[in-house]
Amino acid sequence: MRSLILQVMTRGLTPLLLLFSVYLLLRGHNSPGGGFAGGLIASSVLVLFALVFGVQETRKALRVSPLSLLVSGLAIAVLSGLVGWFEGGDFLQAWWYGREVEIIHHFGTPLLFDLGVYLTVLGAMLTMVLTLIEEA
Amino acid sequence: MNSASLVLTLPVVIPLATAILTLALREHRAAQRTASVTGWTGLLGVAIWLLIEVQDAGAIAVQLGGWPAPYGITFVADRLSALMVLVSAAMGLAVGLYSLAGLSPEREHHGHHTLFHVLLMGVNGSFLTGDLFNLYVWFEVMLIASFVLVTLGGRRGQLEGGLKYMTLNLLGSMIFLASVGFLYSQTGTLNMAHLHVVLDESGGGTLLLTISVLLLIAFGIKAAVFPLFMWLPTSYHTPPTAVSAIFAGLLTKVGVYALIRAFTLIFTFDVGWTHSLLLWLAGLTMASGVLGAMVQGSVRRILSFHIVSQIGYMVMGLALYTLAGLAGAVFYIIHHIVVKTNLFLIGGLIARVCGSAELSRVGGLIRKRPLLAGLFLIPGLSLAGIPPLSGFWAKFAVIKASLEVDAWVIAAVALAVGLWTLFSMMKIWSEAFWKPDPEDERCVPVPMDLASRVLGYGPVIALALVTIAIGLYPAWLADHAAASAVQLLEPDDYLRAVLGEALR
Repeated sequence: MRSLILQVMTRGLTPLLLLFSVYLLLRGHNSPGGGFAGGLIASSVLVLFALVFGVQETRKALRVSPLSLLVSGLAIAVLSGLVGWFEGGDFLQAWWYGREVEIIHHFGTPLLFDLGVYLTVLGAMLTMVLTLIEEA
Repeated sequence: MNSASLVLTLPVVIPLATAILTLALREHRAAQRTASVTGWTGLLGVAIWLLIEVQDAGAIAVQLGGWPAPYGITFVADRLSALMVLVSAAMGLAVGLYSLAGLSPEREHHGHHTLFHVLLMGVNGSFLTGDLFNLYVWFEVMLIASFVLVTLGGRRGQLEGGLKYMTLNLLGSMIFLASVGFLYSQTGTLNMAHLHVVLDESGGGTLLLTISVLLLIAFGIKAAVFPLFMWLPTSYHTPPTAVSAIFAGLLTKVGVYALIRAFTLIFTFDVGWTHSLLLWLAGLTMASGVLGAMVQGSVRRILSFHIVSQIGYMVMGLALYTLAGLAGAVFYIIHHIVVKTNLFLIGGLIARVCGSAELSRVGGLIRKRPLLAGLFLIPGLSLAGIPPLSGFWAKFAVIKASLEVDAWVIAAVALAVGLWTLFSMMKIWSEAFWKPDPEDERCVPVPMDLASRVLGYGPVIALALVTIAIGLYPAWLADHAAASAVQLLEPDDYLRAVLGEALR
């Protein structure tokens, strides 16, 4: 879409909205938000980017393929479940580390799992949408 | 980590991890295949371990994430679940190895292995979960994976079959979800063991009876019970052999398993009504499946209709609701999974040899491929119930159970359907193998290289040996089935494993 206003707006908004998606990801295990919501926001930002600057530019900006994002997200989610075993509990049992901090509240395996969900949602959405835009 | 937690979760984690690995290795065909084979073998190993653990303990459970039942999700295995996981892992390995010889490289590149492992994960999850809503989730996992497996490749017939498959199964899922909601509003719990306890105290009622029938419809669609089976014969013959073989072996049996769980553990407050409905459905399923098969002209279509008719026998064992009946049903499921998977693989081999599995276009295989002919006879006759093969004992067990409670009509139907099954198997036999092929034009065998011959025939021979072993030495499986039936009728082990002593 060759619209100057949209291009300038997108350039400015993309980093802000991506930051917001990460904010949602980090607080999600304790407050409204989470990996799924964060991943959806991140993917909608990148879809906007793709509509304005084209699919090729988006792929270049991403550096990794969306499918790899999906794979690594799934792997991280499974690994976060395995931690429970190695700590002596059950699969997917939550384990917390360190002391309380702002926004994140606590570091632990639920955050890791959320990160996996975030990447999986982002990867899946981008794989679908970018393919659809390319074929249209 | 404790061993119960490991052995109950690994049947889901191993296929999931393998699926991720094969997706990551999608550009490297050889590495992808190695990962797949490792996953199948590992799953089989864990399944054997699970069976041993369950034989020692009666039933074992793990509260996922450490949230205790009935609030969290429980994974639980009694003898039936452990047996089902073992046999589906074995089918995964057999069909998986077979698929390595027959799949097109594009199909493998587009995620066949990943989806296959996701399917196995869904199947195992369904067998192990102790939570009704979680069961719905595993059904969806299976449905999504199987829908893509059916349509992958995008040929016209595949899309048509896939669409029918998807539509009817989604309908089943919706009914399932709705009835889960109703049940929750009535009982306040979805943990199956807890449901048993709650309904034991409060008794049934018209509303709960309605919910049980809704769930019967939902599981009936998955299990292909009369009159909800039409999605099965219209879709199972469209995808590649390896896919339809694993579908034929496992997917409908997950529905039967869910029926058995629901109507032994949860809805037992009005057995006279619900189980006589089941008995009617069983008889009609048997008869309509076998009659449908008679008019079909291709190997896989005939076999698809026979899945439907065989489901009837399993539901019949459940409907009798006696120790002998349930034991017969469990025996029947295991026998059927092995035999039906094998028959689909053999159908695939016929198609691979002749280039078609239409009976009008093949013939004279007994002279061209005598080994294949012999291999067909073993599961074929076993399906029809000829002694001393496994099918004889399976049919014997359910029919004897029906005679014990004087259910003469269903026994007569079961015997007659067995006879018609023999007719169908002989039709395939005489058309594909026995019929002379004088012009030698119908079927010109395509030569196969050694690797694809080993991968093609190896699993078929192994499954045939399993059929013979069950037939000649039925005691092990019969004992295990009887022990499962005891646990189903008196679910003390199950309840203790899930809820502990406190809630009972």
